Amino acid sequence: MQQASAERPRVSQSRQPAPLSPRASGAGLAWIGRGFLLILAAVVALILARNLLDNPRLFAQIVISGLQLGFVYALIALGYTMVYGIVRLINFAHGDVFMVGSFVSFFAVSRFSLHTWPETAFPGMSPDLSTLIGAISVILLSMVVCAILAVVIERVAYKPLRNAPRITALITAIGVSFFLEFFGALNFVFSPRFIPYQRPFDVYAYYIGGSGIGMVTPSNPAPPDSITFSSIFVIIVITSILMQALLQWLVKRTKMGKAMRASAVDKPTTRLMGVNVDRVISFTFAIGAAFAGLAGVLFAIAYPSIHTQLGILPGLKAFVAAVLGGIGSIPGALVGALIMGQAESLTAGYISTPMRDAVAFTILIVVLLVRPTGIFGEPTGEKA
Amino acid sequence: MLLEINDLHVYYGAIHALQGVSFNVNEGEIVTLIGANGAGKSTTLRAISGLLTPRRGTIRYKDRDITSMSAEDIVRLGVCHVPEGRRIFAPLTVRENLELGAYTRKDKAEIDKTMQRVFASFPRLRERINQLGGTLSGGEQQMLAMGRGLMSRPSLLLLDEPSMGLSPLLVEEIFRIIKEINAQGTSILLVEQNALMALSVAHRAYVLETGNIVLQGSARDMRENPQVKAAYLGVA
Ligand SMILES: Nc1ncnc2c1ncn2[C@@H]1O[C@H](COP(=O)(O)OP(=O)(O)OP(=O)(O)O)[C@@H](O)[C@H]1O
Ligand SMILES: [Mg+2]
Repeated sequence: MQQASAERPRVSQSRQPAPLSPRASGAGLAWIGRGFLLILAAVVALILARNLLDNPRLFAQIVISGLQLGFVYALIALGYTMVYGIVRLINFAHGDVFMVGSFVSFFAVSRFSLHTWPETAFPGMSPDLSTLIGAISVILLSMVVCAILAVVIERVAYKPLRNAPRITALITAIGVSFFLEFFGALNFVFSPRFIPYQRPFDVYAYYIGGSGIGMVTPSNPAPPDSITFSSIFVIIVITSILMQALLQWLVKRTKMGKAMRASAVDKPTTRLMGVNVDRVISFTFAIGAAFAGLAGVLFAIAYPSIHTQLGILPGLKAFVAAVLGGIGSIPGALVGALIMGQAESLTAGYISTPMRDAVAFTILIVVLLVRPTGIFGEPTGEKA
Repeated sequence: MLLEINDLHVYYGAIHALQGVSFNVNEGEIVTLIGANGAGKSTTLRAISGLLTPRRGTIRYKDRDITSMSAEDIVRLGVCHVPEGRRIFAPLTVRENLELGAYTRKDKAEIDKTMQRVFASFPRLRERINQLGGTLSGGEQQMLAMGRGLMSRPSLLLLDEPSMGLSPLLVEEIFRIIKEINAQGTSILLVEQNALMALSVAHRAYVLETGNIVLQGSARDMRENPQVKAAYLGVA
């Protein structure tokens, strides 16, 4: 923010009480900061380039795992960015809604075998079709439960505070987040333990390389020069892109989307158009939470061990992604999330695994210092 | 009677902004509410359109009590409030702004007809249909705000300072359109600083001073009224 003021015209500078020539020192600091970042970026680029040349196969493998993370974060980040866009609230409970999504699918699969209902109901059905419909049912159930949960949270915890100072709602959001985590940790709810996750469908590994593309099986291991990826990677990428497109269409083309964009800029005037703004806000929470629920299921399938604090780190990283992309911007959420995914997996691959979380938050700090509005954010937007 | 307001009291926290305002609008009329800055004109419109809930008094529209109805329901009854300062949706295109004005309506073909009628009144909007609202000039924004209001096909239009910040030529134009809208059957409650213009198009007028109606009468009488002349028409 110092940087920004250093570039502002004199008039606005003179209003700030500053004893020593603020222009010079502000500009100097900005240059030191920028120079430091440039050097840092150059070093990172150099390290990455060397690794790429040294072992392109490993590099590609790391990029793939980064893409998988990035597309999951993108789904979560949409909820942060949409909710922020419309009520200017960072919904810190969003990561926990993601966790609830994982658990709902866990119970649906392990306790109620929802994923096998088509076969049970229509015994002659082809197993593939049954798995497909069963898996979609599980995912839809998680999305619906998360949507309802988020709407309830909004009504109970955020709506009464809509005209309160923003920090009040923010603190409440943190409270809701803790509530979901620790309520979920009760023995009769989700329990505090790590739980092995039973997938609604099997995940296969594939290789792609000089010798073509094929499925990895015990009798057919991946050739040494090939790159491997899993079916859930492909599903995550496709689903996340589809959801981005769906949301773009919803926001740009539908009546509800127009009402959402209008509510984001001017609620009283939007009401004068006959729009029930409360309903638009509920809808926004519901959509964001449904995406988080979807992400929760996909994440659990990809990393099949779940626990009640599962949502914290992905939630925070998706939040950083939303800020990095420019909070409030839907394409920004995707771009930010992909960058976050790469940063995390490259760090884990080339520096050390524990470093990857630190890098996520380093990015947050750097973004807030250098460009608080993010990549796609409009410079006038205020930050919470 | 189309709109009947009786003993309206509105507060902003401890500020008693309307202190027992009563007036009415008949079917087919243009009624203007004039008054100095801070008199409570916008507050009156906000109470009618449901953005504010009065603490006391009643608002009746077409013989229905709408005093505590929500803003979004009041629009559906045919009352449209074009707020002070245009308040168009800057990141939305001209077309999207107009479409939002028709939010309460379903029939696409009918909506399109209304849009064509709006374009007939404001040809400039047709040329800029895909431009973002925020990039329009002040005058164009005012046209968009009025056009957006008309998209709901209101029976009662509440206009808050439609001439604010416009060049004299454009003011003439806007007032000509206000008369035209009225001639097509829409009743209008017009709030104006430009009392001279307002009184030239209105049938009747009320003068609001610090939350109270202090004068009322036909527009012609008001123009001749020495008090009005001195305070609002700038004639000694
Ligand atoms: N949101 C608010 N909070 C507190 N006081 C307000 C608020 N809005 C208006 N007021 C006060 O209520 C009184 C009436 O305001 P209002 O906006 O109705 O005046 P107005 O007649 O429309 O004036 P103008 O011609 O300047 O638009 C003023 O004293 C104003 O300061
Ligand atoms: Mg006003």
